[in-house]
Amino acid sequence: MKKVYSRPIGLHRNINGYCPGCLHSAAGKIIMSALEELNLLEKTAMVDGVGCCANNNNYMDLDAIGTPHGRACATASAIKRCSPETIVITYQGDGDLASIGLAETMMAANRGDNITVFFINNANYGMTGGQMAPTTLLDMKTTTTPFGRNPEEHGYPMDMCKVLSTLKGPSYIARVTCTDVPNVRKAKEAVKEALQHQVDGKGFSMVEFVSNCPTNWGLTPLESLKFIKEHMLAEYPLGVYRNL
Amino acid sequence: MPKIEIESEFCKGCLFCVEACPKDVIGTTSAVNDKGYQYAVPVHQENCIGCSICAIICPDAAIEVYKED
Repeated sequence: MKKVYSRPIGLHRNINGYCPGCLHSAAGKIIMSALEELNLLEKTAMVDGVGCCANNNNYMDLDAIGTPHGRACATASAIKRCSPETIVITYQGDGDLASIGLAETMMAANRGDNITVFFINNANYGMTGGQMAPTTLLDMKTTTTPFGRNPEEHGYPMDMCKVLSTLKGPSYIARVTCTDVPNVRKAKEAVKEALQHQVDGKGFSMVEFVSNCPTNWGLTPLESLKFIKEHMLAEYPLGVYRNL
Repeated sequence: MPKIEIESEFCKGCLFCVEACPKDVIGTTSAVNDKGYQYAVPVHQENCIGCSICAIICPDAAIEVYKED
């Protein structure tokens, strides 16, 4: 018997801390299997943001650093400048990248720093109990918007792929999701493309994963996938936004 | 015969694989693992065609797929 699909070797053989059905785990699995296929596991450094994404330290076999909230891109830029041969990736949630760390993200992208950013967009602050994030959909209920997000009071959802693709620095920006097998395959291709841009020294690359948060959305894992397909993808369309 | 192996300790019972399997190979049991999740098990292993769909969709990388050479 030949093994045709196995667990990526970069993942420790322990259970991770994510909730059942959380696509954080899927994104981590895709990133590790892309690094494995590109043979980059040995020279990659990962910078974790604050939030659920910090769980990665416990189950990904990479050199990793945890940063203050939102400052992952700044730390990654520093690592890349001190050690240009290291492949530097950041792994951040939407509260981390799009809210608290917006300045760091924008500046790293604008400088065209040669790093790869993985952005997990689940439309709320998952770890702290589901507060409203900049990416929360209109009329979506969270613990800080119990009557739904109202644009007059809370503003509109922020589309980071579109915002960053107005800058001249980024070389690759794509949005993917992991809700079904074709999308998982496309996500892996996008991750490999983004990493290849860094290997080739082309500049800032980012892959946004449209993700779920079954616990804070109050849905079962399968219902949360349906919610992504029906509501999240209408606000955040998939595709490649920049490929230079 | 292709076959799948599910690591019950990694499974969190999200049922993505049960929904995705085109041959209805995977189901659940009433048994629970150390974390208290009702894990997925291959209930109709003989129907498996080794397509790897369950393994690709599994967020926790709990499934491994074997095929004959």
